[in-house]
Amino acid sequence: MANGHADAVIKVRDLVVDFLSHRVLNGVSLDLLHGEILGFVGASGAGKSTLARTIIGLLPKRAGLIEVLGVDIDKADDGLKRAIDRRWGILFQQGALFSSLTVGKNIEFPIREYLRLSNRLTTEIAIAKLEMVGLSPDVYRDYPSELSGGMIKRVALARALALDPEILFLDEPTSGLDPISAGEFDQLILTLQETLGISVFMVTHDLDSLHRVCDRIAVLGEGKILEIGTMDKMLTSQHPWLKAYFHGARAHADWHVAVKG
Amino acid sequence: MTAGTLVSQARGDGLDFAAAGSWTAEHARTLEPLINAATRHKSPVRRVAIDVARVDHIDTYGAWLIERALRTWNSQGYETRIIGLPESYRGLFDKVSAGTHKMTPMPRQGNAIVTTLESVGRTMTLVGADVILLAQMLGALVIAFLRVLVRPHTFRFTSMVNQLERVGWNAVPIILLITLLIGAILAQQGIFHFRRFGADIYVVDMVGVLVLRELGVVIVCIMVAGRSGSSYTAELGSMKMREEIDALRTMGFDPVEVLILPRILALVIAVPILTFLGSMAALYGGGLVSWLYGGINPAVFISRLRDAISIESFEVGMIKAPFMAVIIGLVACVEGLQVQGSAESLGTKTTDSVVKSIFLVIVLDGAFAIFFASIGI
Repeated sequence: MANGHADAVIKVRDLVVDFLSHRVLNGVSLDLLHGEILGFVGASGAGKSTLARTIIGLLPKRAGLIEVLGVDIDKADDGLKRAIDRRWGILFQQGALFSSLTVGKNIEFPIREYLRLSNRLTTEIAIAKLEMVGLSPDVYRDYPSELSGGMIKRVALARALALDPEILFLDEPTSGLDPISAGEFDQLILTLQETLGISVFMVTHDLDSLHRVCDRIAVLGEGKILEIGTMDKMLTSQHPWLKAYFHGARAHADWHVAVKG
Repeated sequence: MTAGTLVSQARGDGLDFAAAGSWTAEHARTLEPLINAATRHKSPVRRVAIDVARVDHIDTYGAWLIERALRTWNSQGYETRIIGLPESYRGLFDKVSAGTHKMTPMPRQGNAIVTTLESVGRTMTLVGADVILLAQMLGALVIAFLRVLVRPHTFRFTSMVNQLERVGWNAVPIILLITLLIGAILAQQGIFHFRRFGADIYVVDMVGVLVLRELGVVIVCIMVAGRSGSSYTAELGSMKMREEIDALRTMGFDPVEVLILPRILALVIAVPILTFLGSMAALYGGGLVSWLYGGINPAVFISRLRDAISIESFEVGMIKAPFMAVIIGLVACVEGLQVQGSAESLGTKTTDSVVKSIFLVIVLDGAFAIFFASIGI
């Protein structure tokens, strides 16, 4: 980018978030580097989604610093915040497609709002996005209620990518998909990340996805980042929770072979 | 970032377009006319190329615009090519050019008259389907009721009491307030017009008969349809959306018996009580206005009321209440179970529920009027 990106597109320092009287995050520090896919794991209720939602600005924080694309969110005025909203895309867990709009209109929604292009170009871009996520242009006229779970995720991804964002948040992208669709979705995220050069923040529980897609993995527990690093580092970690997570019943033997070899 | 540019230059037997600057989403607005102008370019050459070597940044928008130009030229019979594409953008261009960008065309629409007739026809079949659904629900309800009569311990008594509190007890204040106001307005209007004939006292007859026979029950039912019918529909609808009703079925429970029967029975008990309270409040309001505005002494009002109305007027009003309650409950539950997956459908069905039940309440009131007229009450 012309304004020159620092190495970290998202910088979180000592973040504290309370939920009523319950402290969910207690001093989380984290960097999302330019062009990487950062996987984010943790026990259910550990605050993975809370962290993502706080960075996006959906939840208030108690203390700490959040910097997105070099802008301190607390100090940004509304105009600057809107400019940042335009530069990230968010894939919600259930897709969060607008049920009263067709697939096409869902994808066009942010384009119409921010770019004010000709109708022809808007439609063409929406169709191009649909094809990029591996759907047929005919889906354009369908309503979200007519789609399968995997298709909804794909359409939601197309909408998240509508403005060609620099950062992509994925909240459990493969949950609720069958292993084949989940594998295809992983592949899709990899290709798109390569072709578009996006930085991806991915909250997931899917060990296969973590292994296949992520450059680095961050583990959240006890309100803090327990460990951050590559898959190999996770597999060799001595932390009891990490051992249980990465060497548990759902882990695959071949990963460990790969590490030893 | 500077906006992208596109400059043409003839080169030998071909035409080159040199793209520069930033070909991204935020500049797409200014880039599209450039591409349009380029594709309209008339020249005798057969070969066209776009040179992207000096472009700073390209995203999907820029890539698609260039791809669109190439496709247009191809269809016009030009030979096309991209020059100087940096390796880092090759994946993006491949991805964008891989798509077909073609939708199957929309089915042709018929002429206006046919479409209108068709939509009228469709609506009528929907109305027919609604009647059938109501009849089905009534049947299911009667069966569930009989089953409960045979085995009373299976009846969800707690659930019914809970519903009774929500649709009955909690509705009392608003019903009293509304009917009091209706009675007062009725009396005021009556006095205002009857006074010209010196017939003020007949306002007591009018308020008494109207409230007890018609208005009391109808106003209460409209309130109940808007207040409780809509909440039944929304409740059952969201349970349907979250598959709770399917879960009940798979556990061997009949949703009609578990969810709908207690709700409708609660209405059948609550609506007559509310009608009675509402009618009394309306008479009270009428009396109050007659006294304060019309100068009719309360003692005179009461003795006149005793002459004007009979127990039959009261009975005619009260007998309608449980039937109205059943209609409101049936419509609310049928609509609730028809909710599909989307939030929009929940909203539509809730609206439908209120509109249909108010309509049916008034139709039923008319039917009762005809019935009572023909048996001479």
